[in-house]
Amino acid sequence: MGWSRNDMAQRAARELRDGFYVNLGIGIPTLVANHIPSDMKVTLQSENGMLGMGPFPYPDEVDPDLINAGKQTITALPTSSFFSSADSFAMIRGGHIDLTILGAMEVSARGDIANWTIPGKTLKGIGGAMDLVAGVRRVVAVMDHVSKDGRSKIVEQCSLPLTGTGVVDLIISNLCVFSCAEDGSGLTLLELAPDVTLEQVRQNTGAPFSVAGAA
Amino acid sequence: MMANKVYSSPAAALDGLLFDRMCIMSGGFGLSGNPESLIPEIKAAGVVDLTVISNNCGAEGFGLWMLLENRQIAKMISSYVGDNKLFERLYLDGQLALELNPQGTLAERIRAGGAGIPAFYTATGVGTVVAEGKPVEEFDGRLYVREHWLRADLATIKAWRSDPEGNLQFRKTARNFNPIMATAARTTVVEVEEIVPAGAIDPDHVHTPGIYVDRIVLSTINEKRVENLTVREREAV
Repeated sequence: MGWSRNDMAQRAARELRDGFYVNLGIGIPTLVANHIPSDMKVTLQSENGMLGMGPFPYPDEVDPDLINAGKQTITALPTSSFFSSADSFAMIRGGHIDLTILGAMEVSARGDIANWTIPGKTLKGIGGAMDLVAGVRRVVAVMDHVSKDGRSKIVEQCSLPLTGTGVVDLIISNLCVFSCAEDGSGLTLLELAPDVTLEQVRQNTGAPFSVAGAA
Repeated sequence: MMANKVYSSPAAALDGLLFDRMCIMSGGFGLSGNPESLIPEIKAAGVVDLTVISNNCGAEGFGLWMLLENRQIAKMISSYVGDNKLFERLYLDGQLALELNPQGTLAERIRAGGAGIPAFYTATGVGTVVAEGKPVEEFDGRLYVREHWLRADLATIKAWRSDPEGNLQFRKTARNFNPIMATAARTTVVEVEEIVPAGAIDPDHVHTPGIYVDRIVLSTINEKRVENLTVREREAV
């Protein structure tokens, strides 16, 4: 039932537009790079200081001075550029990046997102997450609809420490796609994953939502 | 004798600059662009109660991790802990103070320190724990939080090449925090893979002008450990 990780990445790739500058988070968002349409020019930014990320290197091309924000070895393209962390975040915070696709632990109906820590469980740090949600024009959260212990990750009010408030524009879960209204008025169900019913989404969502096209 | 910025060894390049309770900025993102030769000399000097400003704190057995392991660091100002178990444990046990910053805020605070700008406003972190206790102000209908500059007693940085003036070039994503940290400390010591003669670097291609660099030394350690080796296979022809 529903979408696999790869399906979710494929669905997220439909948010790309020709000419976009895009920052992809770690995990499922990284897979979005595999689904960029061949007739579309999309430039990937890596917040450690690179624009124009290429594919992973062949074994004999590995360069320790060339990594992405997930510390993976990558390659450059003929049109790539490198710059300092301050320049990189000026790009992000200055509103020059068109789209970011990020993982999330919780998203609220008004677009708050929590994705950096679970108190008492993990201390990974903040990294670039708060800058991305605050500065990028369009924020897409890709996430499992329900946590491993069965609780909805799409909620009325986040319980985890926030990454940003009122910033998420679109939620892609393994069950469906929701838009978050810019004015904070709530969620609208846009699409169901294959073989998923409206009732299943209602049962698994911790916040009220309207259904696109329904009166 | 004319001033000479080039030193003979990493230990010589740090001589007279280290003391207890000092604040050190150290370049690098993950294990990329770390001053690998200078950090062991800070360990050897044995200075303690350090405040260290760095995006991460090395990784097991590598970089700033060895100063953590040697209990020389009292406080970290960072954006990311990641899989550094020692960093996590010392913090959770109360043996290490930690000031977590959004990475862009960390970078801009350092840039501001180097540019003589004591504070600035940013939308990053508004409505989160990062903004707690800090002034928040509205500009053009949006809320922004005030953040302060960061400056240090010493910056230890890694560049690819330097000329005798300290004009620096960085290589690929090993640049990261190094150029801004070079501007924000009272003294900046840079280790490089190559010291080239005057004139070898086109002035148009200088990434960090020599005014920011006080001491230059050739790297003695260039391990450049890869944290997350990711490759693709060549398709059979």
